[in-house]
Amino acid sequence: MPPATRTPIAPGIPPDRGLTIVSRPARIGVITFPGSLDDQDALRAVRRAGGEPVQLWHGEPSLRGVDAVILPGGFSYGDYLRTGAIARFAPVMAELIPAAAKGLPVLGICNGFQILCEAHLLPGALTRNAGLRFISRDVTIRIENCSTAWTSQYRAGQEITVVLKSGEGAYMADAGTLAGLEASGQIIARYAGPNPNGSVSDIAGVTSAAGNVVGLMPHPEHAVDALTGPGEDGLGFFASVLHAIALA
Amino acid sequence: MTAGQATRQDTVAEAAVTPDRKQPFAELGLTAAEFRRVTGLLGRRPTDAELAIYSVMWSEHCSYKSSRGHLRQFAEKAPETGVLLAGIGENAGVVDIGQGYAVTFKIESHNHPSFVEPFQGAATGVGGIVRDILAMGARPVAVMDALRFGPAQAPDTRRVLPGVVRGISFYGNCLGLPNIGGELAFDPCYAGNPLVNALCVGVLRHRDLKVAAAKGPGNKVILFGSRTGPDGIGGASVLASASFEGSGAGAKRPSVQVGDPFMEKLLVECCLELYHADLVVGIQDLGAAGVACATTELAAGGGTGMRVSLDAVPLRDPALGPPEILMSESQERMMAIVSPADVEQFLAICAKWDVQAAEIGEVTDSGRLEMTWHGELVVDIPPASAADDCPVYDRPARRPAGQDALQADDPGRLPRPDATNSAGLRAALLAVLGSPDAGDKTWVTEQYDRYVRGDTVLAMPHDAGVLRVDEETGLGIALATDGNGRYCQLDPYTGTQLALAEAHRNVAVTGARPLAVTNCLNFGSPEDPGVMWQFTEAVRGLADGCLALGTPVTGGNVSFYNQTGGTPIHPTPVVGLLGVHDDVRHRIRSSFEEAGASVLLLGETRPEFGGSLWAWVTHGQLGGRPPEVDFAAEQRLARVLVTAAGRDLLQAGHDLSDGGLAVALAEACLAGGTGCSVTLPGDPFTFLFSESAARALVAVAPGAEEEFAAVCADEGQLATVLGVTGGSSLRVTGAFEISLSELAAVHKQALPAVLT
Repeated sequence: MPPATRTPIAPGIPPDRGLTIVSRPARIGVITFPGSLDDQDALRAVRRAGGEPVQLWHGEPSLRGVDAVILPGGFSYGDYLRTGAIARFAPVMAELIPAAAKGLPVLGICNGFQILCEAHLLPGALTRNAGLRFISRDVTIRIENCSTAWTSQYRAGQEITVVLKSGEGAYMADAGTLAGLEASGQIIARYAGPNPNGSVSDIAGVTSAAGNVVGLMPHPEHAVDALTGPGEDGLGFFASVLHAIALA
Repeated sequence: MTAGQATRQDTVAEAAVTPDRKQPFAELGLTAAEFRRVTGLLGRRPTDAELAIYSVMWSEHCSYKSSRGHLRQFAEKAPETGVLLAGIGENAGVVDIGQGYAVTFKIESHNHPSFVEPFQGAATGVGGIVRDILAMGARPVAVMDALRFGPAQAPDTRRVLPGVVRGISFYGNCLGLPNIGGELAFDPCYAGNPLVNALCVGVLRHRDLKVAAAKGPGNKVILFGSRTGPDGIGGASVLASASFEGSGAGAKRPSVQVGDPFMEKLLVECCLELYHADLVVGIQDLGAAGVACATTELAAGGGTGMRVSLDAVPLRDPALGPPEILMSESQERMMAIVSPADVEQFLAICAKWDVQAAEIGEVTDSGRLEMTWHGELVVDIPPASAADDCPVYDRPARRPAGQDALQADDPGRLPRPDATNSAGLRAALLAVLGSPDAGDKTWVTEQYDRYVRGDTVLAMPHDAGVLRVDEETGLGIALATDGNGRYCQLDPYTGTQLALAEAHRNVAVTGARPLAVTNCLNFGSPEDPGVMWQFTEAVRGLADGCLALGTPVTGGNVSFYNQTGGTPIHPTPVVGLLGVHDDVRHRIRSSFEEAGASVLLLGETRPEFGGSLWAWVTHGQLGGRPPEVDFAAEQRLARVLVTAAGRDLLQAGHDLSDGGLAVALAEACLAGGTGCSVTLPGDPFTFLFSESAARALVAVAPGAEEEFAAVCADEGQLATVLGVTGGSSLRVTGAFEISLSELAAVHKQALPAVLT
């Protein structure tokens, strides 16, 4: 990140938190793969949260100096072979993987989550829904860990409504991995109502050990405007990363 | 056209010297008279490749030869509106919605393929209609689906319905198009012939409108998208233009196409980038009849000629010859006319999107469509002869003998619960609400992505889908599809008008101004005079209705031969209606969401039960006359709703249709999780179950009652106060009180109970 002058934070953030933000809006990249579908929605969510959205292209091996990256939902490469399996080899990923290892905030939503698992930036895998049908519905999830780059604006235990829409959304991991995730607080969100897709331990999202890489099966970017979604609960993910960048 | 004949290629030169060679025109669906007409037009026998072109282009599916004479009424009776930028005859109609935006929308059938192979049949139905919209220069922004199946509990429905829904879900979701509504209905008449009608809507700026015309001799013809394979060969002529009797479904299985929505997504983004760079002179999608249709229609549309090298068509199967290449219905292909100077840039954009593109020919001024294969001329025809000169049939139409008896069988004779029979009224409501037709459709709709693109303002279970078009101004559109086979069986003229009226209401009840219409006319065999009578009545009804409502027909689709053996389906015209929202932030939802709002019934309730859901569900009876149509009343109601929405006077608004007020009240309560308490102003059975048209249920915002009453008074709109929202039950004074949990249980189990 380039050096930036710091100014007191804008209204809405309590002054007692002593925050400062950079004077230019944080630049959040959204990667478009062939078959990405929710890229425009993710760009809009970044803009509504106050960030500067930057479009990134799968075929260009460059992150264009962005402060964070979102891998949006969709059917990259038509889900050929296996969800996320081909996207993981896109030229842009060759830049993203080492940057993530160095701490760049990365959020994978739905298909983006699947890609992050394929790229081994997150543990586990996403498999076919328990009912074997595509499910599109509003779901309530409980935020379990609000110390990551993408969840800091929520309270631990806060329940929010976002949109689940996937055919392969059931999170799976072996028992050892699961125990490790539980112990280290890497499960960032769980389905609060009935388990919609058979995810193990009701897992809706996980984070890397360092807390900068987050994968989420439901879509927060579809819950940023009450006119077109179930509410605005999803904005917190985008506000969180702007906050994290401001602190960096 | 069998492999055996391929040893020696049939050429134009060969045709000239072998005039008497026997050709399989009948197997390809042409009559002897039609074949003679081809020979007459060409002055010789056609080559195998030419025969392939005429057989698909003159099929019922592509030529509208039995319907064309009647469909003229849509143009002849078109209301003066000034909103049409492109009308009937284009790939899809284009409507001006203001602020420099235009909307293009169309509904099309994929009935027969969906019965043979439900998943691929329905999936490619979505793919095909999306390309129609793309070809107009628009970005496709949403889809809808109008579905009809046999009885929900029938074993074959369990085969067909889940496959169809999965196909629509797979293709639409993977394309990134929100599914914002549609219909789902059941009737034994669809058991061997389900209806799968897919609608797509697209948005463009006025200046981006594209035409399907090959203009400018010297311009290049580029085929791009998927490679051409042996799938769907003859789909238009064999599958879509004949019923299944005789040969059985299995014999035609190879004619169903296979869809790849990922390729279509790339094709969509590729086309939009090509349009943006202004590299396209003309464009046409490849749907039914593939390359044959695209080349003939582009050349005929441009009034030009075209020279095509079939060797240049990228093939998935190298064994294909000219007839197969011309007839193949391989999906995800487009054909563009491109200036020679732009070809390089055109190909570069295709490469960026991993879309294969091949220059296969050029536009000429010869007035002939000429195609070569291995250096020899195999096609040499005037393009308009295939595209426009198909024989038009004025098929005999006769009112069926049983029509009078059907109309005389009034449901008034059926036993019904009177005002003292609370238990009977309650039971009737639960029976109707729990029927598959009125039941909760979540099992289907939650397989569809409604949120993608972030502009969906309303979708299922609301009365119409509403989309935001402009994020700054709030400009948006509303779309509804409606049809009612029972009404149309009783009286196709009135039934079709009722479908139009319902779509009009469904759009208006969200607060949108109705603008224009598309339609999908699903009927039995046009060779049956009774079916032809139903068809002519339906077309006349729709044309008259659109004139009365001021909503022009912009285009549509006819699907004939929907029958099992000699038994046709109920005539089922499906009407799609587009409306405009000046600002979608004023949209009205169909759900009761807050307590304390006044519940009003707008419009007049008459004892009209002919074709009603009550008669069908509780007595299995279909007879009598459908409800009356009053377009002046529909327009008045629409004006009231649009005015009230613009002033934010309403908390909810819900159309009354199948199942009448009983179903409307239950749905509004369940959708918003808020009950209501109402008092009916007359015979409770009539008020609950009559299906009189031109009615809506509204919840008026507290404090807005007087202003809303004034709006109604200004328009002369009858408005009856029924009660108030609130509580956790539906309470009808003097009749019954049913808890929302009981209503929900009955409503929600209707589909899962029979499908899972």
